[in-house]
Amino acid sequence: MLRTEQGVLARLTQATKSYGKVRALDGVDLQLRGGELLALLGPNGAGKTTAIGLLLGLLRADAGAVELFGQDPQAIDARRHIGVMLQDAALPPTLRVGELIRLVASYYPAPCTVAESAELAGVSDLLKRPYGKLSGGQQRRVQFALAICGRPKLLFLDEPTVGMDIEARRRLWDAIRHLVAEGNGVVLTTHYLEEAEALADRVCVMARGKVISEGSVDALRARVAMKRVRCTTRVAPAEVAQWAGVAEATMEGDRLCISTEAPEAVLRRLLALDADLSALEVRAAGLAEAFTELTRDDAASSLQEAA
Amino acid sequence: MNTDLSILSERPQALAMPRGRIVGAYLTEMRSEIVRYLRNPGFLLPTMLFPTVFYLMFGVFLASKNSADASRYLLAAYGTFGVMAPGLFGFGVSLAMERETGLLTLKRALPMPPFAYLLGKMVMAMLIAAGVMTMLVVLATTLGHVSLTGGQLVQLYATNVPGVLPFCALGLFIGTFVKGQAAPALINLVYLPMAFLSGLWFPVSVLPKFIGNVVAPLLPSYHLNALALDAVGIAKVAPLPHVLMLATFTALVSWVAARRLRRIG
Repeated sequence: MLRTEQGVLARLTQATKSYGKVRALDGVDLQLRGGELLALLGPNGAGKTTAIGLLLGLLRADAGAVELFGQDPQAIDARRHIGVMLQDAALPPTLRVGELIRLVASYYPAPCTVAESAELAGVSDLLKRPYGKLSGGQQRRVQFALAICGRPKLLFLDEPTVGMDIEARRRLWDAIRHLVAEGNGVVLTTHYLEEAEALADRVCVMARGKVISEGSVDALRARVAMKRVRCTTRVAPAEVAQWAGVAEATMEGDRLCISTEAPEAVLRRLLALDADLSALEVRAAGLAEAFTELTRDDAASSLQEAA
Repeated sequence: MNTDLSILSERPQALAMPRGRIVGAYLTEMRSEIVRYLRNPGFLLPTMLFPTVFYLMFGVFLASKNSADASRYLLAAYGTFGVMAPGLFGFGVSLAMERETGLLTLKRALPMPPFAYLLGKMVMAMLIAAGVMTMLVVLATTLGHVSLTGGQLVQLYATNVPGVLPFCALGLFIGTFVKGQAAPALINLVYLPMAFLSGLWFPVSVLPKFIGNVVAPLLPSYHLNALALDAVGIAKVAPLPHVLMLATFTALVSWVAARRLRRIG
């Protein structure tokens, strides 16, 4: 087995990469382990793509070390253990789905059969169709089939469910969970925070080329003291937004939606103003709020730097 | 969920890639590349028909009124012209497109044997070159009344089918400079002047001395054409210097292109 210590399949150590004067990655440490799904989150330009590019051997680090199964990612032997789904790769439109799967499977030592890969990704009924004639969601499923057809130990998924319907997304999530349960590693980049929330064992938030937070979904949520209060009331959001401890107050449909660090105090004031308040709901912040808060701080500090 | 996920469980221990599977990867890549272009008449037809139509006009209808030797001369010239295109366009345009659409990035991330990608395209280019030559030879020997011996035919194919390779290298090189739709225009800017300067439309002897003596010998098309003229029996040349020039050009240009490709991706 090529598995190295503590199930670490791949790692970045103080990895740095610049494009001209722009430092895309600034001393990043990242470990990818078997049996774990790592969600890599961050606004556009945060360095996610560069980090993945280094791990896939597409880019060379200016400084620091990049290891994939204990080897240089540009070594083809190391890459025979990975599966890849990239966000914008246009596959040859005239090739049929079955031909594409057969082609990619041919790169691996012990792949699944075409039928097996197709079954897992839910594209069995598309095998004879030319890739170019498929819908966006179907193309994403085919790309997932290509990512898993080589029985990879480490799977890189870049925005895997964009354009998929709910059923297809759920099916893909099941397949991903199964792979992780079996001891394989998965790296997921996604804009759907609910997706990261549903799948991730560990979340790594990046901004401006650095890792600004790393930990479990719960730990990340706990970092954010914010709670969400939702209710139907005649109190106007503009008024609530002025209160102490309220980060944000907006209308969602006919309900008032408040993000606050002091839900008890806010509720007391709300109920005092409007005794008829109804449909009350108080929740801990989700990953979405945590993420917004983390990256908002960062956006603010980068603005200060620019000023 | 009705999917049987146990398929993924039956995974073997990590094993090295058996040699047979590496060969399989090469063959599958080659097959995909060929199938892909055969299903794309937008690329195939112009590449095959341009030299054929030119030859029909200038090499058969206009030239055969003068002499059969003109048709014979132009069979070599349009043959060279015809095999330049699949190399230049097949490599240059497809590389530029695949760089733009992200396909090349995906393939570089996957454990594809890197040379399989190039080999697939090379084989495809050689097949198209053989197709172009066949159409020209049929026109020459029927409408053009050019008689070719079996030996001459073999020599012509043996020259022009591998003769596509220097142009594959040049296409690869050009494809590292442009992305997407800009490629065909840039390649035409190389292709057409190159054909003219190496004497494919007018013999080098009627071109200005500087071009004939200095520029033409630097171009692979000039050397390939010299070998083709020898094959059809127009001129006797010693093949070795021309073959060496073509081989050197191919090796040098592919080396530079591969270096650039590794750097820019």
